[in-house]
Amino acid sequence: MTPEVRYVLRLADTNLVLAQRLGEWVGHAPALEEDLGLANLSLDLLGQARLLLARAGELEGLGRGEDQLAYLREESEYFNLTLVEQPNGDFGDTVVRQFLFDAWQLGLYEALVASGDAALAAIAAKGAREAAYHLRYSGGWLVRLGDGTAESHARVAASLARLWPYTNELFHDDDVDRAAAAAGIGVLPSALAPPWSVRVDQTLAHATLARPAHSSFVWYGKQGRHSEHLGYLLAEMQSLHRAHPGASW
Amino acid sequence: MGAEASVASALPPELLTRLYGILAQVADPEIPVLSVLDLGVIRHLALRPGGQLEVGVAPTYSGCPASAVIKADVVRALATAGFDAVAVDVLAPAWSSDWLSEAGRRKLEAFGIAPPAGRACASARDDGPAACPRCGSQRTTKVSEFGSTPCKAHYRCDACLEPFDYFKCI
Repeated sequence: MTPEVRYVLRLADTNLVLAQRLGEWVGHAPALEEDLGLANLSLDLLGQARLLLARAGELEGLGRGEDQLAYLREESEYFNLTLVEQPNGDFGDTVVRQFLFDAWQLGLYEALVASGDAALAAIAAKGAREAAYHLRYSGGWLVRLGDGTAESHARVAASLARLWPYTNELFHDDDVDRAAAAAGIGVLPSALAPPWSVRVDQTLAHATLARPAHSSFVWYGKQGRHSEHLGYLLAEMQSLHRAHPGASW
Repeated sequence: MGAEASVASALPPELLTRLYGILAQVADPEIPVLSVLDLGVIRHLALRPGGQLEVGVAPTYSGCPASAVIKADVVRALATAGFDAVAVDVLAPAWSSDWLSEAGRRKLEAFGIAPPAGRACASARDDGPAACPRCGSQRTTKVSEFGSTPCKAHYRCDACLEPFDYFKCI
């Protein structure tokens, strides 16, 4: 698998796994509005994931389509960021995970608009508008919870402390990233750190939340080494397709 | 897809007028008061070398479930009129609520959905409806960023107290 294919799969898998996580909220969110909101975020991310999977399949050239890539790869063949496979937890945990992700994805798409791969640039241009809207939603909730009651502040501060270490991976360059950037297709993850920090710090200040201290912890989900949580998510997501190969609507 | 579109040839004006007449009757499945032309999702009409009619359709949101239905409805309407048509996705340039037609904006408002207030709003700024589509009051409160479909947000009028949908500016 070339670095370019792997790079696009990282983006696709990150979207797909988070879309699946958000889908777990359907019917369980604290209010109908948030049920709809989280489902809508999931839909947008799933739509982008389908386009990205299809593009990865084209670049790979082995005839694997979006369904095959989504449903018939094992855990170690998934290259999503470890942050997005973390369990939903309570609504505050989900808001924090979403906020850290949205701020990263908006910067990513803004940069990928200049990708030498026309399909990737088109997906990014469309996705940037959606990511901006998502960030408004998750950032708005982070401010409400952080600057809310003593209870909501304490809980969301704990969520932030718990999830923060996973953000290191978002900005960690490896050989695949460097090769994709050199080929003019991808963006170096480390280049996305400064705009992310500006966005995150601004909202954290509004939310009266302190930025957690830097940790040296780096996970490598994007290299296929995952936390314990991904296997369960994939088992649920893939069970229908594996039981009924080739099933479609 | 792209390669096929580039070799497709343009259509004579009389035929285009007829095709647009057919497409004007194809409703958005989620907001039936709008036609696909009002919505601004029809990007091109062209003839493929084999004689097949190609319709370029831009998805509104990446994950909008209506996108597949819209393409199927377009192909079905054209087939009913005797055209062998195929609908293809057009991702770039990305669809924007700026592409809603003026007629479409008026139809939305008459239907009780506030049309997008701003233009070219790709930023995360907090836009909102210009006025309540029922009573015209400018005093409105956002209930939720997401309404009954991906393209709408949920608002409440503080004057007449009625809830209403706002077609988001994106």
